[in-house]
Amino acid sequence: MTSHVAAEVAGSYARPVYELANVSKYYGERGVVALEGVNLTLREGEFHSVIGSSGCGKSTLLKIMAGLTPPSKGRVVLSGTPVLGARPDIGMMFQQATLFPWRTTVQNILLPVEVREGRAAAEAAKQRAFSLLELVGLKGFEDTYPSQLSGGMAQRAAICRMLISSPNVLLLDEPFSALDEITRDFMNMELQRVCLEQNASAFLVTHSISEAVILSDIVHVMSVRPGRVVRSITIDLPRPRTLDMVTLPAFGNYVSQIRHLLDNGAGL
Amino acid sequence: MSEPALQARSDLAAAELGLTDTVWTEKVSWASQVPRWVSMLGLLVTFLALWQLVTSLGIVSQLILPSPLDTIIDLGFVGRNLISGDYMLVAFWVTAREVFWGFVLALAIGVSLGVLVGETSFGERAVMPYIVAIDTMPKLAFAPLFVAWLGFGIMSKVALAAFISVFPIIVGTAAGLHATDENARMLFRSIGASRLQTLIKLKIPSGLPQFFTGLKIAAISVVSGAIAGEFLGGGQGFGELIRVAASQLDTPRVFSLIIYLSLLGLVMFGTVSWLQYKFVFWHRTPDGVAKKASR
Repeated sequence: MTSHVAAEVAGSYARPVYELANVSKYYGERGVVALEGVNLTLREGEFHSVIGSSGCGKSTLLKIMAGLTPPSKGRVVLSGTPVLGARPDIGMMFQQATLFPWRTTVQNILLPVEVREGRAAAEAAKQRAFSLLELVGLKGFEDTYPSQLSGGMAQRAAICRMLISSPNVLLLDEPFSALDEITRDFMNMELQRVCLEQNASAFLVTHSISEAVILSDIVHVMSVRPGRVVRSITIDLPRPRTLDMVTLPAFGNYVSQIRHLLDNGAGL
Repeated sequence: MSEPALQARSDLAAAELGLTDTVWTEKVSWASQVPRWVSMLGLLVTFLALWQLVTSLGIVSQLILPSPLDTIIDLGFVGRNLISGDYMLVAFWVTAREVFWGFVLALAIGVSLGVLVGETSFGERAVMPYIVAIDTMPKLAFAPLFVAWLGFGIMSKVALAAFISVFPIIVGTAAGLHATDENARMLFRSIGASRLQTLIKLKIPSGLPQFFTGLKIAAISVVSGAIAGEFLGGGQGFGELIRVAASQLDTPRVFSLIIYLSLLGLVMFGTVSWLQYKFVFWHRTPDGVAKKASR
């Protein structure tokens, strides 16, 4: 079975997780348009990417989706409830692992639980943290401090922290772009594995075309000034994706199609 | 051709050309080859020898610069006086109390104002300019005021010591609270942390290095503040002993009193450094810092 079939089936039956309608964002008194009329629907178990050159408002879009900044216009609904602030059913990850050096790995992972439900709840969630660490291959590093972890290991720990409260959706802001390319490819495959195992819905912001294609069911290509989605491309490649797929003609077609869109107007 | 044969051929070719391994020695400076304590001791001995030479040859009058020998003899005298609990020990405790309470006061005010300035936008916008303005004033000039307000007793010295050392603590605290990484703040917001939680779990721990930098500067300047207070406002502390000895041209005494006084600063600095080592354990190894920077 290919993901084409899966996506089609998901498209017709799967429950929508995120629904964005006409989301726009203007900055300042002169109303600089950062984002204009973004419409998209993320369904359960789907992986979407947003790609665009810097300044196209993709990080703003992610912040609006996360409830960290309000939209100027439009509607964001997550799991049937409007997003009006930070939500516990969202897991976020950033370009930097943002682990705190005064906390051990497991304490870093338990931070969201500790903040939301207190120390006792964090203590109770420890077993879950251990199994997440095992899931990402960090077993045995529970009590080490982040200074002992490599860049890739730190991002794995950040994945665990994102997953600890079983979020409905993952928002990923260029999570592996600070890693070297070999590690990044590997981490992308790990991310896919984790998402498939947890049946997680994910929304990735990236500026790497091949990363977007290899990971996503749908790639949204954004233009700059105003930031808007110029085309949403369904990636019809089988799951699980492998790194070898970059050599497939279909993969190359998707990449050149997106590059074309970015070069023609979308990028400038 | 097999691998060893190839190797042998290339060796042969190298030999024909008169080539050998290009092993050469990196230049290492002489100073970095000696253990640190040897360099430090060497410098001290050279310095003392020069000092002795200058004084015993009469290049500089003994009234202006005592010989190191005289100073060491007087160090012994002051040391015996201190150990026997005589008037010098009493004076030492007076100064030590001024330093201690001055530091405690500076810490309390400095942290409170630092949090106000670093955490609230009212503090940052309205209070900070005044703090900067006062910080630029010559603070010793306030000494007569403190004496007029608080009298010739210990309080006026405590106040001056605190006044002089409070600014590095304010600046260190505020800078520490501002130093929080943008992503980290976003993460805390995304997990729904309250302002107090963000302060306690994020801003305070990540600001500790800057806070301790300010505290170290304060720990040293607080001793200067107390002594300056004694110079300008009398009292019974070490500053007064120094002033009296200097007015009698007893320079060896001045030197030995200063050396014992420096113990006070050393204890203050050492205590703060130790606390930093305990609390900011993640900055301890240069290895850890390097890793953090490279990320």
